[in-house]
Amino acid sequence: MNHQKVEKNINLMAILIVIVISIGGLVEIVPLMASSSVMEPYEGIKPYPAVQLAGRDIYVREGCYNCHSQQIRPFRSETERYGPYSVAGEFVYDRPFQFGSKRTGPDLARVGKRYSDEWHRIHLLKPQDLVPDSNMPSYPWLATTMLDGELMERKLRTLKMLGDPYTDADIEGAAAAVEGVTEMDALIAYLQNLGTARSAR
Amino acid sequence: MSSAWAWYVFVGTVVSILACFWLIMFSKRQGPSPDEIAGSEAHVWDEDIRELNNPLPRWWLWMFIGTLIWSIGYLIYYPGLVVVDGVAKWSQVAQYEAEMAAAEERYAPLFERFSAMDVEALVNDPQAMSLGSSLFANYCAQCHGSSAQGAPGFPNLTDEEWLWGGEPAQIEQAILKGRNAVMPALGPALGGESEVTAMVEYVKSMQDGQDTSSPAHAKYMMLCIACHGPTGNGNPIFGAPNLANDIWLYGSSDTVIRKTIMEGRNGVMPAHEALIGPDRARILAAYVYSLSR
Repeated sequence: MNHQKVEKNINLMAILIVIVISIGGLVEIVPLMASSSVMEPYEGIKPYPAVQLAGRDIYVREGCYNCHSQQIRPFRSETERYGPYSVAGEFVYDRPFQFGSKRTGPDLARVGKRYSDEWHRIHLLKPQDLVPDSNMPSYPWLATTMLDGELMERKLRTLKMLGDPYTDADIEGAAAAVEGVTEMDALIAYLQNLGTARSAR
Repeated sequence: MSSAWAWYVFVGTVVSILACFWLIMFSKRQGPSPDEIAGSEAHVWDEDIRELNNPLPRWWLWMFIGTLIWSIGYLIYYPGLVVVDGVAKWSQVAQYEAEMAAAEERYAPLFERFSAMDVEALVNDPQAMSLGSSLFANYCAQCHGSSAQGAPGFPNLTDEEWLWGGEPAQIEQAILKGRNAVMPALGPALGGESEVTAMVEYVKSMQDGQDTSSPAHAKYMMLCIACHGPTGNGNPIFGAPNLANDIWLYGSSDTVIRKTIMEGRNGVMPAHEALIGPDRARILAAYVYSLSR
């Protein structure tokens, strides 16, 4: 075969390019999909309850991942600061996971129970009230915006369709669970649960 | 990973490397033949540089072959092929555990030395205080501030006022087990608007002595006395603040005091036992103890 054939036939070239660049994914990604360490939930990891799920969506909506990572790497410098390193089984119900790629603020993978609810409330309203040097923005609208119950029900139903083990009772109770809950409360509920399944030193 | 998938990775990796090798041998050639040059319709620059199937630059070719050789060495050393562990027996977890073991070896004698010392000795030990200061920056500064002077709702640790007691053992207990302060909402129990206003005034002026003529005094002796004491000196058992001085946890304005009375407060110090363990908690307690002196 002469590579002039490839250069002059764009369709053949496209097919060959797809084959070549697929190999990396086929070798590196596909086997993980059959690996229990990636697909099985870590002990104590359950699908997010409705309020926490709503909080997670707010976390994504507000772009928290732009400044906060959620992945503690297995280095002493990280585990001393944040707690035990992250394992894949902790993220099985994250769609998509919030690993992030940059730490303008600290990692949040183990922030759950580190501070009080009240601390989070003050901090989200105005971070500088607690940490004067902080360059984190304020999120005052969270405290005055209510969650949408009907939407939460649909979200849980969709996740169940994708394979998350929600029961019918979870789905039917979703709207009631978020009744009267502010976005602030939901986000705090989400943050207070982060990493608590694997937090002990 | 199951062995079938391990072999899948093995085959995929080895075949890819062989394919790269084949590709480079296939496209490595000495240059176009005179016939090809004659038959070429391609552009020509500088008299003899043609758009043809020319040989690869030698330096590039050797670099490519170099990476192939490198990959073989890499896969022998590291467990990239999955089916074999690699001669280094490297794993991410083992590397982390080695790093932790090295740190343990380095710091264990230090903590052993500290464990034999009492709090007074720790406070006077520069190494212990330096460690305490690092621990404080990581675990405490977010609420109590980097200078330990607190924030509204989060106690100042540098003064002599202690909600739960300032003895080293009490501080250590607070760090290990956390604290939960409960000030109930007393709005309804007080009655109406004028009673609340009177109570705000009464509490605010307590540092100058109790105003027994105030209508709020009787209510205080009924509702507040159990935690804050008959003279407002507070009670470290409940973490009830001293109201008879000029130190205010949440602030001294009418609005803040009113909010405290109407809605209550739930100050929480999270437990740190699981996070830092007893050895570090003890150093931290000594450091916090040193701050107020």
